[in-house]
Amino acid sequence: MQREGQVRIPSGCAISAMISTTGARMTGETIVKSMIPMHDRSNGLGGGFAGYGIYPEYREFYALHVFFDDPSAQYECEKYLKEGYEIVKSESIPIRKIPEITDVPIIWRYFVAPLASVLSRLQLDEHEFVARTVTKINSQFRGAYVFSSGKNMGAFKAVGFPEDVGRFYRLEEYAGYSWTAHGRYPTNTPGWWGGAHPFALLDYSVVHNGEISSYDANRRFIEMFGYRCTLQTDTEVIAYIADYLLRRQGLTLEELASVIAAPFWSELDASESVESSSRAYLRKVFPSLLLTGPFSIVLGFTGGVMALNDRLKLRSMVTASNRDVHYIASEEAAIRAMDPDARNVYSPAGGEPVIIKVEEGAY
Amino acid sequence: MRIDAKGKLFDALNAEISEHNGELEIDNCLGQRFIAAGASAKQVVINGVPGNALGAYLAGATIEVNGNAQDAVGDTMNAGKIVVRGNVGDAVGYAMRGGAIYISGNAGYRAGIHMKEYREKKPVIVIGGRAGSFLGEYQAGGIIIVLGLHKDGKPILGNFPCAGMHGGKIFLRGDAQRVVFPRQTTRRAASPSDMYEISSYLAEFCDLFKINVREFSRDDFTVVVPNSSNPYKQMYVAN
Repeated sequence: MQREGQVRIPSGCAISAMISTTGARMTGETIVKSMIPMHDRSNGLGGGFAGYGIYPEYREFYALHVFFDDPSAQYECEKYLKEGYEIVKSESIPIRKIPEITDVPIIWRYFVAPLASVLSRLQLDEHEFVARTVTKINSQFRGAYVFSSGKNMGAFKAVGFPEDVGRFYRLEEYAGYSWTAHGRYPTNTPGWWGGAHPFALLDYSVVHNGEISSYDANRRFIEMFGYRCTLQTDTEVIAYIADYLLRRQGLTLEELASVIAAPFWSELDASESVESSSRAYLRKVFPSLLLTGPFSIVLGFTGGVMALNDRLKLRSMVTASNRDVHYIASEEAAIRAMDPDARNVYSPAGGEPVIIKVEEGAY
Repeated sequence: MRIDAKGKLFDALNAEISEHNGELEIDNCLGQRFIAAGASAKQVVINGVPGNALGAYLAGATIEVNGNAQDAVGDTMNAGKIVVRGNVGDAVGYAMRGGAIYISGNAGYRAGIHMKEYREKKPVIVIGGRAGSFLGEYQAGGIIIVLGLHKDGKPILGNFPCAGMHGGKIFLRGDAQRVVFPRQTTRRAASPSDMYEISSYLAEFCDLFKINVREFSRDDFTVVVPNSSNPYKQMYVAN
């Protein structure tokens, strides 16, 4: 086996997303198709998807998707979960055994509700309690990794090419109002199941193409607030930054975009608008959360998605739409694979967020 | 000769293309990369969306795309012609060394990055609409023309055009007063000899996309050139 430094891996990665603004539920089949023309952007070391609106019958419960290395890891983890949660359903995530996906861990799904007595004793809201649980399991429980923890959404990921991962998880059997997808071409870390995208915490999920050169600066800052970056993978920190700024600091999506892909000082200095001064303010307050280096990301959340490029636009990204369905992808070909008749093809500028939300009440 | 690209991987499709000279028409193209890379003796028409690095290292062939093209069209191309009836993605004409690219619509970021010229080898990119940021970044030669015929109300150029430019010429239709250029470049109104230099490219653009050539007058054009042959002298070393 070749080790780090002996093999040159050119960077690639593919991302895509689709969302219905009317909340119409679409099976996972279409998003899987988007990955086929972008096959060569991945190298078979990771693929994954996130679907929103896929568990309507359990919408009140947090859906925990967990990888376990062995039954003893599962036993320990479940023992811990039962201390704080009512587990209303516990089942293995259905898979299709295919030769392309190997070394399959135990893949389990729990629908849980935090115990009210525990929440009141700890004086925590339920989101914060769940986020702490996920951090604790991922950083302290050997052989257990929670890779999805939101309500009425789920991430599905594995080592393999994304189109195979989609078949493996039988995504055609799920229906959601929005989907994101990722094909991985890992550049700095070996591929493993937990390191595939999306990275998800609560209902936030991130798929990412690029390489965050500010990773360590971002990690040091975010770990001050209780997050633990356990994967040495830059995308993980983006998911935590989104959770920190949106849920805990209450920023808007536009403000989040303005923090992580902050405008240049020259741009801010050239304008005297109120908007510029508020963006300058955000840049000063959160300098450690500026992401430098190339990235294109899609952030998924309950009721919407946001696409964003780094401010120098060192990665490609295209958007399009057709009636109520909006598409985002690294390449236009991927959008055409989902919908040959997609229109309004647009290339967002670097740092220009594209935010698409489902109509209120439709999800 | 027609080729159906449906479901074909890029290497199989390109093997098929390289077997045939003369006129080729590719249908149902969807993201296959490197189409006609290095080709010299053929005319290729593409229906659909070709993948990245369309016509890379092109050596004299002609490519026409009925639709949009993706990133790095004409990467390091040497000779020939690429016509796109639509928009192109980022880094069109990357390190291009000869030949011409005509785009009816918009170009993404970094169009013409590090184009270069040598004697009679003078690459040309004509962009019908607008261009993204970093147009002509590190440009060392050749000509980029941006016509601004787009109708979406956005500025003709993004930010930071001509960063690191040290050769070649950029023509912009309009006075480009609001555009900030680096101080190592000079902006001026086009002279009759400037216009003579690009007249054949404008004529070909108009011919290709059925636009009236008289819509363009000399007064319309701004020329940007580096203001010395070595604008970055002593920036890094005392040379």
